[in-house]
Amino acid sequence: MPIHAITPEYKGEVLDKLENFNGNQVVYVGWDHHLMFCAAFAYPLPPEMPFRALLDDVMPEAFSLHPEFSKINWDKAEWLLDGQPFIPQLNASLIDQGIGHKSLLRFQTPELKGVQEAGI
Amino acid sequence: MAKKLNIKDKYRLLTRDLDWEFSYVDRKDAFPFEEFEGIKITDWSKWEDPFRLTMDSYWKYQAEKEKKLYAIFDAFSQNNGHLNVSDPRYVNALKLFLTGVSPLEYQAYQGFAHVGRQFGGVGARVACQMQAIDELRHVQTQIHAMSHYNKFFDGFQDYSHMHDRVWYLSVPKSFFNDARAAGPFEFMVAIGFSFEYVLTNLLFVPFMSGAAHNGDMATVTFGFSAQSDEARHMTLGLEVIKFLLEQHEDNVPIVQKWIDKWFWRGTRLLTIVAMMMDYMLPNKVMSWKEAWEVYFEEAGGSLFKDLARYGIKMPKYAETIEKEKEHVSHQAWWIFYTHGHAAGFHTWIPSDEELDWLSEKYPDTFDKYYRPRWELAKEMEAKGERFYTKALPQLCTTCQIPMGFTEMDDPTQVCYRDSVYNGDRYHFCSDGCKDIFDDEPEKYVQSWLPVHQIFQGNCGGPDVENVLSDFYRMNLGEDNMDMKGSPDEKRWKQWKGVA
Repeated sequence: MPIHAITPEYKGEVLDKLENFNGNQVVYVGWDHHLMFCAAFAYPLPPEMPFRALLDDVMPEAFSLHPEFSKINWDKAEWLLDGQPFIPQLNASLIDQGIGHKSLLRFQTPELKGVQEAGI
Repeated sequence: MAKKLNIKDKYRLLTRDLDWEFSYVDRKDAFPFEEFEGIKITDWSKWEDPFRLTMDSYWKYQAEKEKKLYAIFDAFSQNNGHLNVSDPRYVNALKLFLTGVSPLEYQAYQGFAHVGRQFGGVGARVACQMQAIDELRHVQTQIHAMSHYNKFFDGFQDYSHMHDRVWYLSVPKSFFNDARAAGPFEFMVAIGFSFEYVLTNLLFVPFMSGAAHNGDMATVTFGFSAQSDEARHMTLGLEVIKFLLEQHEDNVPIVQKWIDKWFWRGTRLLTIVAMMMDYMLPNKVMSWKEAWEVYFEEAGGSLFKDLARYGIKMPKYAETIEKEKEHVSHQAWWIFYTHGHAAGFHTWIPSDEELDWLSEKYPDTFDKYYRPRWELAKEMEAKGERFYTKALPQLCTTCQIPMGFTEMDDPTQVCYRDSVYNGDRYHFCSDGCKDIFDDEPEKYVQSWLPVHQIFQGNCGGPDVENVLSDFYRMNLGEDNMDMKGSPDEKRWKQWKGVA
């Protein structure tokens, strides 16, 4: 039973459906083992945005406050898309490589251990 | 002259005798909410009234308390009581209480008034109606207790509006909305039992002792005035559980599921108390970890031993919470510190003495995982670059807290869980929050997640600043940002004559 309600066949209104975001989709981006940022960031992005634009134009504003961000070797960074290993194609759009509405992208930089090597 | 009734007779007449037989209406139509949750009640007369109070004695008793309480509020105000608090940082705990907790008292009033109509048993109805009145009194006295601070400090002015809109206040608000949108029995297990009985000491004891330790007599006095009410509420919470479990064995798995759910939701909500105890009280009472050990592990442990004879087990994920007690307060204050520009109260870096206190209280985790964050924050502040996060955080669909909690076997890794329902993906901070969604996805697809609402354009804008000032009605530069350099701090220094 998807809900225990007094109304038979009760259906909830999906508040975060794609159509509600004015043409954007929500994409979350988190940097594993770097807790200077308390949580992954949420971005409203056009689904047609190339991955390169996410990397070059969207992420730096918030992520660059981290002293290690400029040291990332992006060729070596490892990615997870919704929990699965993922190799981004820089020139392809988000949606064409399976990054959908409310997808979670995580990147890992094992050579960078965070501030004081404490995962921060 | 009629014979004066003894207390027992009067009690019976004013409670049980308020019920009547239904001659032309089906009882099921009169109490339509009673069966859909699957709870089976075979005999309402087995309900034992926990309050043992009639309305006339209740009014008399509460009126006495009010008289004393308001006399102290007056004295507090006339003597400029706010000048006696330990440090102006303390007042920020009150801002969080007034915006986050007091409106829950009002929601509790609404919830108990609702179930106080819907239960088929008159004893339960009367008890819930009385608790509803108590809750209404609590919200009123809290507002009055804090109104004095509103004259001298920022951030108190629009607590009710803020409760409905501000991103982090969606956490307590949605907690109560969830309980009130449930059936009457789940509401009672959620609020009456899990919150009032199992967890309330973790809210009230730290706040009221915190007030006492920090020179806030108005709040202490409110606490005393509410204490005897809380004792009655706890008795009601326990009576509900025992009654449900004794009525029918089929109720046991349903009640267990609700205990699991509401214990988890309650501990997530209490994260703000954890952070208040460890970071916001200038004079500390005890650490969150110690409070958890005393009020849950010891007191709750013996409670669940008592309930074992009904087949009730410890809440699911109690072991996870036992590990999280070492982490949550630090993670929560970091969330607020890094979002200090978007908070309706001030945040700050703990002093060196406080950092040492935290190391002492959390020998296994603080120096290893959390002190380095504050050292980073200090470095940035010294360079004139006080750290404020520049993007919005991912939120948990169930508890609505930014997804900043970590894996307990890997404390520097954020805990990510998700579920796909009807083609949409939903994210959770924990197995506990994921379980709750998976059990009733049609309820939680309706979560009003503040970050997503901002993106949808439902909170004004276009910038975060506009959302904060226009939609949340924060006075930017006054209510928010760091304690250092705030108008609160400047005024305090003037009052105290320090540079």
